[in-house]
Amino acid sequence: MTPTLRRRVFLAAAVVAAALLLWGLTGLPPFGVYEGPYGDVLNQVAVAERKATNVVASVTFDYRGVDTLGEEFILFAAVIGVAILLRARRDEREEPPDEDAADRRAPGTSNAVRVLGLALVGPVVLFGVYVVTHGHLTPGGGFQGGVVLATGALLVYLSGEYVTLRRVSPEVLLDSAESVGAAGYVLVGLLGVAAGATFLANVLPLGQPGALLSAGTIPLINLAVGLEVAGGFILLLSEFLEQTLVIRRPGEVT
Amino acid sequence: MRLLPYLVAAWLLLVGLYGIVTSRNLVHAITCLSVAQSSTYILLLSVGFERGGTAPIFLDVPVGTRAVDPVVGALTLTDIVVGATVSALLLALAVQAHKHHGTLDPERFRSEQD
Amino acid sequence: MIVLEVAVFLLVAAAGTAVALTRDPLNQAIVASFYGLVLGIMFLVFQAPDVALSQITVGAVALPLMILLALAKVRALEGGRGDDR
Repeated sequence: MTPTLRRRVFLAAAVVAAALLLWGLTGLPPFGVYEGPYGDVLNQVAVAERKATNVVASVTFDYRGVDTLGEEFILFAAVIGVAILLRARRDEREEPPDEDAADRRAPGTSNAVRVLGLALVGPVVLFGVYVVTHGHLTPGGGFQGGVVLATGALLVYLSGEYVTLRRVSPEVLLDSAESVGAAGYVLVGLLGVAAGATFLANVLPLGQPGALLSAGTIPLINLAVGLEVAGGFILLLSEFLEQTLVIRRPGEVT
Repeated sequence: MRLLPYLVAAWLLLVGLYGIVTSRNLVHAITCLSVAQSSTYILLLSVGFERGGTAPIFLDVPVGTRAVDPVVGALTLTDIVVGATVSALLLALAVQAHKHHGTLDPERFRSEQD
Repeated sequence: MIVLEVAVFLLVAAAGTAVALTRDPLNQAIVASFYGLVLGIMFLVFQAPDVALSQITVGAVALPLMILLALAKVRALEGGRGDDR
């Protein structure tokens, strides 16, 4: 199928799809009018039932905790997939990292970038830990905080070299952090079973809304998810960097 | 105005699909896929929006103030992070495809005869 | 705030179209980062700060980063063309 023919067939199909979408979307209530009962009911009862002031977090990790467990395992599986796909193949070998490209004409990393990167690593990691631990109080949680923590590792690479990143986050540490995070979620769920309730029931003491130690199992799950997402993203970053800087085929130039 | 966010979501879906269909580079197609995915986030959040409502965080506002729907926010925020990880998996596949075929252009992929 | 909402929606539609119509993947990564930021602002207008935080960290930082890393590896495999970039 030639590209022009493909484009024409797609445009014809897109017109039909657009007509169907338009017909379906005009049946929705107008934008800004919320009719469904779930949101209003949850906003009324969630703080009193779970003592977590962030209702979105209590929905994610408590009311619909099994969905989030499934999503976390999608993330886990995707990171494993990347690690498998980007391993060194038979005709490739690992060499010491070559930081500068052979044909590079731009200047190297300037000292201002290095200093700023190093200075920002501490605040970024602290902010990431804050977002993870306060997920049940203010906007945030394990997913967002985990990505912020991974950004801290990226700053380490930008202000140093690849070997610096390797030394700060060795493979063993990343693998174990990710596995502990993924298993931790399931273990917290089994805690509910062990206490006689259902899987992922909120069985720990609930405390007062607004306190840091409140909302039962939600802070624990936040920590587990934060560990897993941070480990996963740093692993992704180091896998791609390893492919570019370390693994070489014969006849390949950086 | 009553339909604008839904129209934006439908437009982004079709534009993303157009980008994938007419793509000459696998990495370009993966980025267009993420645009098409973001249309679903827009649709979800605009279904749950309530005009005059605030964010569903009750740390400093009393319980009972009108707030937007928290369920769609919960669905969307995990979706965003997981979608990025799956895009990383697709990028790794694209890199390995380049090693095998020597090009990222899907038009020039042939079967195993070359 | 109707004007703000309409402006943000139109900006999102324009940025999304720009991402799909930019053919060169390196330029597209930068435009995708801008699109992620604009989407984050739109989620803030939607009164969903959790989602906005998620989108800004992922869509403006993590995803363009991985696209750039994949492009760097592909460029290395192609023998390091002598671009002026």
